[in-house]
Amino acid sequence: MDGQDILARLTARFGARIVEAHDHRGDSTAVVDRAALLELLWFCRDEPDLRFNVLMDLTAVDYAKFPGKEDGPRFEVVYHLYSLPGNHRIRVKVRVEEDDPVVASATPLWSSANWFEREVWDMFGIRFDGHPDLRRLLMYEEFQGHPLRKDYPINRRQPLIGPKN
Amino acid sequence: MGLGSFFTGKLDEAIGWSRKYSIFQYPFVTACCGMEYMATACSHYDIDRFGAGLPRFSPRQADVLFVVGTISHKMAPVLKRVYDQMCEPKWVVAFGVCTCTGGFYDNYATVMGIDTLIPVDVYIPGCPPRPESVIDGLMKLQEKIATGVQRY
Repeated sequence: MDGQDILARLTARFGARIVEAHDHRGDSTAVVDRAALLELLWFCRDEPDLRFNVLMDLTAVDYAKFPGKEDGPRFEVVYHLYSLPGNHRIRVKVRVEEDDPVVASATPLWSSANWFEREVWDMFGIRFDGHPDLRRLLMYEEFQGHPLRKDYPINRRQPLIGPKN
Repeated sequence: MGLGSFFTGKLDEAIGWSRKYSIFQYPFVTACCGMEYMATACSHYDIDRFGAGLPRFSPRQADVLFVVGTISHKMAPVLKRVYDQMCEPKWVVAFGVCTCTGGFYDNYATVMGIDTLIPVDVYIPGCPPRPESVIDGLMKLQEKIATGVQRY
């Protein structure tokens, strides 16, 4: 299926809960309402003609200080899905407010989401509801803050930590 | 100079001479500088000529700690632990700009020079340093070992 067909399937199924959908040079993106995220991911994975069985990537974007997006939701969590049987792709985005940075975990659908979500928690401080073990992935436990947030000062240095037993 | 200090002086010289030609280094390799370390250690440049041909991969058997490559804050406690496990007398070589100063990594993750963690004897700059400068650093270290105060 090509991107426009996939987007048509999703908008037919989810209607207004797809906040925005666009297809640019073969890259199709659906921005979904946060409440409908998990349902949409289940649909993408299990619908017989979609069958997105690979979660290629899961990451986030911080739009603080981004020109034109100062007022909108601060974060976007981005899912890149790929279907091996159908050889097609889609990008799903969900917008997250700064004062409630929680998204439903995709670990029940794809186990590869486990470490991706830990990385997003580590770097952006977005929590994933239902994740089995949401610890930092790259940084160490004593690290304060989330370094890929745009308000993390570029020259901030963390105190050195000593040896642990 | 009394006779006693004459003999301890000569003994210091002899021990310094023997120590400088029996360097057992611990290569703490974390990044791309490791390639240059390997090139220096292999037959073409051959640091065995300086008595430093046998790297020991246990800190308890090593005299010189070669810190080769970027040290992140997460790695810092490990480096400190390895240094603490080495027996006296011990020396430390900072290999490459990342270990000397942090290099071009000016960010939240990188330690700005390992001398914020452990004492350093010789700094070898370069990104990565050429084998010639590694050998130069090694010879400077030998000089320091031979002429320094010998503790035994």
